[in-house]
Amino acid sequence: MELLFSRYRNLTVLLLVLFSQLLLLAYQVRSNTQLRILRVWAVTGVAPFARLLENSRSSVYSFFNDYFILLDVREENRRFKAETNRLKLENNFLKTELATADRARALIEFKGRSPSKTLAARVIATSTSAKTVVLVDRGTSDGVYKGMAVITGDGIIGKVIDSFPSASQVQLISDSLFGAGVVSQKNRVYGTLKGQGHNRCQVDRVQNEDKVELGEMFFTTGEDRIFPKGLPVGRVVSVQTGPIFKSIEVVPTGLANGLEEILIVLEGVHQNIPAPSLPSADQITILQPPPTSTGADGRSVPVGTPSNGVLSTDADRLAERYMKREQQRGVRFGTFGSQPPSFQNLPPASTPTSGSQQQTPPQVQMPQPKVGNPVPPGAPQPAPAKTPDAVKQP
Amino acid sequence: MDTTDQILSGGRSKDRLIRPGNIQPFLAILYLPLLAVLYEIYIPNFFIQLAYVQLTLLVTLYYSLSWRSQTAALFFGAAVGLMQDALSHQYVGLFGITKTLVGYFAASVSLRFDVENSAIRFILTFFFFTFHQFFYWILVRALLGLGMAFEPAQMFIQAGLNALIAMPLFIVLDKLNNRWR
Repeated sequence: MELLFSRYRNLTVLLLVLFSQLLLLAYQVRSNTQLRILRVWAVTGVAPFARLLENSRSSVYSFFNDYFILLDVREENRRFKAETNRLKLENNFLKTELATADRARALIEFKGRSPSKTLAARVIATSTSAKTVVLVDRGTSDGVYKGMAVITGDGIIGKVIDSFPSASQVQLISDSLFGAGVVSQKNRVYGTLKGQGHNRCQVDRVQNEDKVELGEMFFTTGEDRIFPKGLPVGRVVSVQTGPIFKSIEVVPTGLANGLEEILIVLEGVHQNIPAPSLPSADQITILQPPPTSTGADGRSVPVGTPSNGVLSTDADRLAERYMKREQQRGVRFGTFGSQPPSFQNLPPASTPTSGSQQQTPPQVQMPQPKVGNPVPPGAPQPAPAKTPDAVKQP
Repeated sequence: MDTTDQILSGGRSKDRLIRPGNIQPFLAILYLPLLAVLYEIYIPNFFIQLAYVQLTLLVTLYYSLSWRSQTAALFFGAAVGLMQDALSHQYVGLFGITKTLVGYFAASVSLRFDVENSAIRFILTFFFFTFHQFFYWILVRALLGLGMAFEPAQMFIQAGLNALIAMPLFIVLDKLNNRWR
């Protein structure tokens, strides 16, 4: 045995090391726990260096930004002024909206909407295995714990999956194991947001029958008990119909401006999902009211309106003709022994009448009026085009 | 290093002896992997393209090839891999097992070839990078049953890029080691 060990010493050591690591893996998988002590040591050992690097980088960056890039300040100032003017206009608009809306309800909602308690943090590193997990410089000593939501001003960006004394690991929204409950802004369609490992996420579990539009925003529902309700998630960039569920891709708004400063939600407060914004002027189409004719009672009714005065479809008109015929035959609907309905040989449809001027349609072939300029029945016919001879007539 | 190893390595191991009292090479063994890990967790924050450069693997390969000791190489690989695992959000041991094997096999190869030749280093880095990625994928898929995409074309491109980076990197590390001895 001793000879065997000395002869194959390297191989034996290799097998021992591999076997011990396999045991370690099996223990973690079986107990569904992670070797926290090892992680704490590693993170505590590496975090100071990462923080030092990040502080050095940001110091150098801010130095150059503050002292050497002052050329852009004037342009930036002009831009901010324009932005302020725009915000003032928007503020005035919102004030007007609030005043004209249901005042009491709006006030109650406004009072109930208080911002969540958050803690600012800075990303100092990424994970070694996947770039969708980052390390931030806040940990349990700052009150950060596993399961807390991580957001920016633009939307959600992830959640805390592990916290250590001086740092925490944050799983980004783009991670393939990430999930959150979301709802669309316009049509209130509920779904599950899932990361895909890149900068677009997928909204799962949305039935093909549900309506989701391109450009629509998704917000958190608050039902996952991680993210407070009403936080922006992302904008829809692709909608495709699948076998059962739609395939919806969204671009997360929280990740749009990079990852440096983030907010960890210590105490979340649910908010209302904002109403969709009004369509822009080029998206609005004004339709003219339908042409009218004078009904039997002397009131003006739209063209094509049936005798009962209710706007109906072709199917309704067909049903009306069928009912009329069956009533003339003396059929009583719903009684025992009634025949299945037959739509053959129905009486012709009654043309809309123009008050007391009931007359048979002219036999002369008349040109059909154009769709955009219909001539109501009973209205005076337009004069025929004048010929040069007609002009000469007195 | 045992007698067999010395014979197979053509006595080159004598050149690698460290002067007594010189602790710089030992310190380098500690802080070079640390620098590699720092690179992997920090730089991709700003340059996501540089995430494909696996410095931890390159450092493991360099030491495994230069030490020519299978036992030392496998322990070094295991240590670097476990550290990498501890800083990830996955089970501890995946990178550990993979890098242990890389260290062991790289040291085994170094006993039979002249691994100071740049062309051989290129080929070995390409091969071991591919082996590392493929074995890691097998562990994740087969052992843990987790979903993970396998893209051979991308893997070979990354292997080529890492092998290209390894050539100047190994030369710099050689010079540093020679200075410290």
